[in-house]
Amino acid sequence: MFAYIIRRLAYVVPISLAVSAVCFALLFLAPGDPLSAVLPGDASLELIEKLKGDYGFDKPIPVQFAKWVARAVQGDLGTSLATGRPVGSEIARAISNTFVLALFACSIGFTLGLIFGTVAGYFQGTWIDKVVTAIAVTGVSVPHYWLGMVLVIVFSVLYPLLPAMGMGTGGSTEWAWDWEHIRFVILPAATLSVIPTSIIARTVRALVADILSREFVTALLAKGLTDRGVFFHVVKNAAPTALAVMGVQLGYLLGGSILVETVFSWPGTGFLLNVAIFQRDLPLLQGTILFLALFFVLLNVLVDILQTFVDPRIRRT
Amino acid sequence: MSAVADTLQIAPAAAAHGYWRSVFSRLMQDKVALVFFFILVLIFLAAIFAPLLAPADPYASSILNRLKPVGTPGHVLGTDELGRDMLTRLIYGARLSLLMGLAPVVFAFIAGTVLGVTAGFVGGPVNTAIMRTVDVFYAFPSVLLAVAISGALGAGILNALVSLTIVFIPPITRVAESVTTQVRSLDFVEAARASGAGAATIIRVHIIGNVLGPIFVYATSLISVCMILASGLSFLGLGTKPPEPEWGLMLNTLRTAIFQNPWVAALPGLMIFAVSICFNLLSDAIRHAMDVTR
Repeated sequence: MFAYIIRRLAYVVPISLAVSAVCFALLFLAPGDPLSAVLPGDASLELIEKLKGDYGFDKPIPVQFAKWVARAVQGDLGTSLATGRPVGSEIARAISNTFVLALFACSIGFTLGLIFGTVAGYFQGTWIDKVVTAIAVTGVSVPHYWLGMVLVIVFSVLYPLLPAMGMGTGGSTEWAWDWEHIRFVILPAATLSVIPTSIIARTVRALVADILSREFVTALLAKGLTDRGVFFHVVKNAAPTALAVMGVQLGYLLGGSILVETVFSWPGTGFLLNVAIFQRDLPLLQGTILFLALFFVLLNVLVDILQTFVDPRIRRT
Repeated sequence: MSAVADTLQIAPAAAAHGYWRSVFSRLMQDKVALVFFFILVLIFLAAIFAPLLAPADPYASSILNRLKPVGTPGHVLGTDELGRDMLTRLIYGARLSLLMGLAPVVFAFIAGTVLGVTAGFVGGPVNTAIMRTVDVFYAFPSVLLAVAISGALGAGILNALVSLTIVFIPPITRVAESVTTQVRSLDFVEAARASGAGAATIIRVHIIGNVLGPIFVYATSLISVCMILASGLSFLGLGTKPPEPEWGLMLNTLRTAIFQNPWVAALPGLMIFAVSICFNLLSDAIRHAMDVTR
């Protein structure tokens, strides 16, 4: 068990370095030379010299990368060109808002997905199954940023029930657990939850249907086990895969919320990326992407480790 | 009774077909798939013959006719924020939107197949090198990777195509590698090698034919994702640039108009949705007809 966990954790180091390398390479993808990509428009001569030293642009690329990683490890992700503040503190302020949104979206998506998938798996081939399958196909096909717009049209424009954008009255960016704030999260969270709902429903449906068709279920029934008892076995067998899918979906919610955050002007990391794109703020873009990708890597490892607690067979492979 | 008779009649006829013929005939029996295929064909035809079909000029703006609602005489689907005819722009928009949804998957299909088959067939350090590189890209959620590359490269159709292609190469490579590894260990490959066939011959004669089907099916399932992602990039201002008609970009520029004219603003998204659901269902039908999962 411990050997497996340590092996999985050790895997984080090379993959994080490789992810950092991809993010570092973004500097060289940008048009023009890398120095001009991190330089504010009105840079003074001293600042140019300082940034040159910080990034080491006169040194070979591996040295530049090493310098960049060394600074990133200390939490220094450079300075945002758009706001002039350190990228690290910009991310720190935005990430909690993205977390709040993801938390609500997950709660909706995971609950609905698990219910839909289980019910459809139990009633495979019936109209219930067909309805769930149709919902799932629609859910993965719908452009969610458009769905967000439609929800705004229905619930904010035609029937003004919920706010269309922001996360608090008066453009507040501080979250609080009261109805005033929860009102703002309903529409973006509902929009964001559509993809995990569909994908989890689809996966769980296939899992449950497959488990129910196995011989051991017939044996359990023949033994006289109640439906509730059989359900317990289904849950136990479906849990590892379902858990893995949910982990990946949580990561996608955190990293993929940029479009929905843009639609609802939600002040999270996606909004930060949007600012970075519009202002051509490469340090901000690079830093936010690095942070989200590293978080995704950690989350995946965490899910792998959690899985071994649920299903000890995984450790051996 | 009649069901038995039907199978008895059909069985020998189906057996006489080749694999692709039987896939095709199974697809032809899937009514739902046919309907969606038909819709897609119509949208493609509309895109190709846009200059003949469209009632107006997609770039002709008119300050007087801004944001007319659906059903305005002369503008069946209304007008956009610059007074351009919506129906015209939706028809013309199909060109760029379909191109940006399909081209990256086609490029990624070619590149991913080459990489995956190479990794799977050669094995050893080559496999490790290719597949570990692929793993790195798996560490990014696909939206994030597309935004990262496009954001660094800057806006533009070509840049969006490049970034989307990069996004879809890793998953296709993974599928290609796993299928190739399976096929490579089969007896007929061993037999071909024993009878003196070189690597190139084995790949050309024995591998490609057996792996292309599953990779193709997987690639078709990515088209819908690519459509949504491509329009999403345009929606963020990273894909097509104004005044080009493209559904994602139209959705972006009309976003501010949802308070004046909500349903016109929602139309481009409806098109993205329609095309994406057609591709999804068609991909499911092809998978079913080719029986890849079994």
